[in-house]
Amino acid sequence: MIRVVRHVRLWFAPEAVREEGSTPDYRFSLANERTFLAWLRTALALIGGGFAVDQFLPDLPRPWRVGLALALLAAGVVCALRAVDHWVRCERAMRRGEDLPASRFPAVLSLVIAVVAVAMVVVVLAGWAG
Amino acid sequence: MSGARWPGAGGTDGGDDGEGAGRPRDAGSHQDPGQHQEPSPPRDPGPPRDPGLQPERTRLAWRRTTLSGTVAAVLAVRTALHDGATPAGLAVGALCCACWLGLVLLARARTRRLGSSAVPPALAPRAAAAAALCTVALAVGAAALVM
Repeated sequence: MIRVVRHVRLWFAPEAVREEGSTPDYRFSLANERTFLAWLRTALALIGGGFAVDQFLPDLPRPWRVGLALALLAAGVVCALRAVDHWVRCERAMRRGEDLPASRFPAVLSLVIAVVAVAMVVVVLAGWAG
Repeated sequence: MSGARWPGAGGTDGGDDGEGAGRPRDAGSHQDPGQHQEPSPPRDPGPPRDPGLQPERTRLAWRRTTLSGTVAAVLAVRTALHDGATPAGLAVGALCCACWLGLVLLARARTRRLGSSAVPPALAPRAAAAAALCTVALAVGAAALVM
């Protein structure tokens, strides 16, 4: 928990990041930035998916619709927050010359998306059969 | 200069450098030996250019991100106006539009800085956090609209 708070403080303190180590090749920083932006796009796509489930599946029972939409929106929030965290940690690792941080987040996100997709298949099949 | 100094160059610039180094040598061996050939004088005039086009790629990544944000914001407005516009729904829709505007302004500032110098500075953590917070606020507004 303390580690998380320290990281969050780091988000808003460019000087603290810049104090450590040496500035890496700017192209590595830009690559890290693009990875961050790709994760942010993933988050935005998940949020858009949440809206889409709510708007374009009007025949779905309301609890299912709201539940699926909220699951996608929550995944979007987690994805966005994790994007900054991972970006800061990568930036710091590059400055210190350490290995880049390993992460199990992609696996977790994939599992969540897979579960949501299976739920959608079940819902569509149930609607088609019933 | 660029190829020798920077490690881990991407596939594009690696191949480019190989071509550039090989061509003048081959040409020199096939032509008459009396003519001395300069080793490619017009290759790097002026300021050093990034052969991997990293700033451009980063700029386009920002553009894609704002486009994704636009799609989400349009869906938000649609949701806000769909079942009759209530004042609360309109307020949340306006919040979502403000988040979208924040993303666009951040992208604008960043792409300007990327183009301002040959060696662009790294993204400020504050800007990254602000972009992520705009996204999170958009999601919170979406949750409010959906429920």
